[in-house]
Amino acid sequence: MNSPEQQLEKLLDECKTLAFDLNFTYAKDWKKQSKNRLLVGYLPIYVPREIIHAANALPVGIMGVGDRKQIIKGDAYYQSYICHLPRGIIEMALDHNLENFDGFLFPAICDCVRNLSGMFKIVKKGKFTRYFDYPQNFDALIGGVFYRELLETVIHDMYLLNGVKITIENLNHSIKLYNINRRLIEKIYDIRQEFPWRLSAVDVYHIIRAGLVITVEKHNEILEEVVSLIEKDSGEPLDNIRVVVSGSFCEQPPVGLIKSIEMAGCYIVDDDFMLGSRWIQGDINAATNNPVNEIVKSFLEQSAPSSAIYDVANPKGKRLVDLVKKRKADGVIFCAASFCDPALLDRPDLQKSCDEAGVNHINFQFHENTGQFKVIKEQAGTFSDSIKLWV
Amino acid sequence: MSNPQEAIKEKSMIIQKEMLGNLFTELSTAKENGKKVVYTFVPGNLTELILALDMLPVYPEINALQSGMRKKSGSYIKDAEKIGFSEDVCTYVKCDIGMMLNGNIGPTGEKLPDPDMLLLSYTGCFTFLKWFENLERLFPGVEIAMLHTPYQEDGRITDDQVNYMVKQLKEEVIPKMEKVAGKKMDYNRLSKMLANSAKSEDLWVKVLESAKNVPSPIDSYFAGVYYMGPLNTAFRGTDMALQYYQELFNEVDDRLKKGLLPINPEGEMKKERYRLVVEGPPNWTNFREFWKIFYDMGAVIVASTYTKVGGVYDRGFRHEPEKPLESLSKYCMGCYTNLNLEQRVDLIEHYIKEYKADGFLINSIKSCNSFSAGQLLMMREIEQRCGVPVGFIESDLVDPRYFSYANIKNRLESYFQMLEQRKIIMSQEATV
Repeated sequence: MNSPEQQLEKLLDECKTLAFDLNFTYAKDWKKQSKNRLLVGYLPIYVPREIIHAANALPVGIMGVGDRKQIIKGDAYYQSYICHLPRGIIEMALDHNLENFDGFLFPAICDCVRNLSGMFKIVKKGKFTRYFDYPQNFDALIGGVFYRELLETVIHDMYLLNGVKITIENLNHSIKLYNINRRLIEKIYDIRQEFPWRLSAVDVYHIIRAGLVITVEKHNEILEEVVSLIEKDSGEPLDNIRVVVSGSFCEQPPVGLIKSIEMAGCYIVDDDFMLGSRWIQGDINAATNNPVNEIVKSFLEQSAPSSAIYDVANPKGKRLVDLVKKRKADGVIFCAASFCDPALLDRPDLQKSCDEAGVNHINFQFHENTGQFKVIKEQAGTFSDSIKLWV
Repeated sequence: MSNPQEAIKEKSMIIQKEMLGNLFTELSTAKENGKKVVYTFVPGNLTELILALDMLPVYPEINALQSGMRKKSGSYIKDAEKIGFSEDVCTYVKCDIGMMLNGNIGPTGEKLPDPDMLLLSYTGCFTFLKWFENLERLFPGVEIAMLHTPYQEDGRITDDQVNYMVKQLKEEVIPKMEKVAGKKMDYNRLSKMLANSAKSEDLWVKVLESAKNVPSPIDSYFAGVYYMGPLNTAFRGTDMALQYYQELFNEVDDRLKKGLLPINPEGEMKKERYRLVVEGPPNWTNFREFWKIFYDMGAVIVASTYTKVGGVYDRGFRHEPEKPLESLSKYCMGCYTNLNLEQRVDLIEHYIKEYKADGFLINSIKSCNSFSAGQLLMMREIEQRCGVPVGFIESDLVDPRYFSYANIKNRLESYFQMLEQRKIIMSQEATV
């Protein structure tokens, strides 16, 4: 019988392997097991995975290659001043990492991802590609109707490939599974809020990222096990400050960067690294006769704050400050990908909101394949020391 | 680099200058005259709606490019960076924010009025959305209306998309505009303006298509950005715009009949050596020097995609007075940067073939992902489909730090040599 520490370590190893398997072996094996199964890849940040699951398809998050794959072809497709994420994704597409994927969804988060959807069409990857143009109008009768039509288009795309008709029962079932998934993830964040030393931010990152490439059923099992293990007292607290990391919602920071922040004396008590898995805040009603409408409603009313969402009615600055208070954080680390217009254009206003609320902050930029963390570690270390000493 | 002399201007350019001068004077006195001011964008602009409600439009992109041409953008951008805007982001946004931080003094030296409304017609550029979130924070409490324009991801405009846009216009955008204007929309007046728009668009297309002639009487890029001004900004739908396009058409037609070549700031071109199609916006900070490299080499831009950011009229779209809101919706969705990449490649291929171009050139803009992301693939596609030499240069919209004259000139000279070589080979092959 393994000790709880050993059990956790085993789970974490499994998640780490899954999270960075750029060949998506688990997903491809899953597809092989039955004739009418589909793989639908999606880019950051959010797609309603429930509808994909209900269509007997596996939603597979494609979060970029990070520092795990050398970019050769991708650089020939993108100028130096365009962020790193799409060049890694086109590299994967051209290198056949995405073979056996049936379709691709490109959420409407920025012009780079938008144009990447067109590039996939031109290089003919996937049996369908959709720019997932979710509404920026949040009136149920205007944006809601449009969004429902968009969902139905994707449902139809999948139906044409596997003939699976989504029923009320199976969509409600999928909603239930993803409600559990989100609840368990939030539970992990809540436990870490009180006891951040029980599980590192890097571990959380691996656990959540693994969930993007496996079935929700399996991910829920892993999450339940993790929750039960970290509910028990373990480890010793360090004299660290508590920070929220903001701005890394699409292109993912290298794990070394997350580790550097932690090693510099910062407990990351909240972040937006895997925002898509936490996009819908709270449950979606899974007991109605119109589950597609419930998914629409959840997007309109329960979306997390994000640079990809027009926020005039619900400013992100206030929501970030609220999150800092909720997590009892000492400060914010703004950590956005270079050349990311949405995150970087939000930053001045978010910083202003922090200043007005008396929240300390620092910022830096990264590429998904940044290899040098010394400066970042020093910067985060100084930030941590200054808060410990002076605040 | 040569010293720019006083530019030689065509009559239509002088008319346009007067139109713009009058607009900025009107804007400078807007508050005392009780005129409401609406800040909005060029691609997918709703100028007819603004003018039909007797409000005055301001276009932040136009202010930014004017600041670039007047050598003011560099310091504005640095001021925006001082308050936290990254070096990496769109320089139009930073220039605009910097201009506002410095008193919002417009291109003519007069202070621009604060907006009574921000009309975010969000077409073909995600950064617009972030831009207006930032403006909203600079003018807290200002009325703000958002029109989400769906992307033509499937290469076509669907009924669902049109319905979505019309509903937004009817139920949110126009009621907010009416509230600010203090009056109801006069749909008869709107329809008359749209009829005027369509007439101007007819003339504009004739001007653009004059470049199919060899030699071309116009330059569709460097001069084209002036020609497109009234239609893309505060004048579409007005009698003034119609008069302008009539005058412009007459001038171009006259040049065509006389076999004259395009006019540039130093006079009339004497020989057309290369006919090019260009993708991407121009650089504004060094616009004259940039243009000069081309006309000195006898290169004429016979078609450009940038002149379609305010509407791809030469592929058939016209504003329709009978269906004002549907038509405005389709207009927004049809602007160049709202086309998907395949449509953009198809359009460029059409231009290269129809306008008998010798080559295709991309001016890739550091600031503009909407244009730039995917351009290298587009370039390869065009090379394969059309078999013409392709060229690639990089610059920026309004950040002078990203315009390297020597590099660009070097690259273009090599490109022109390649075009020359190809002409020689093709003529040799033709004689064999």
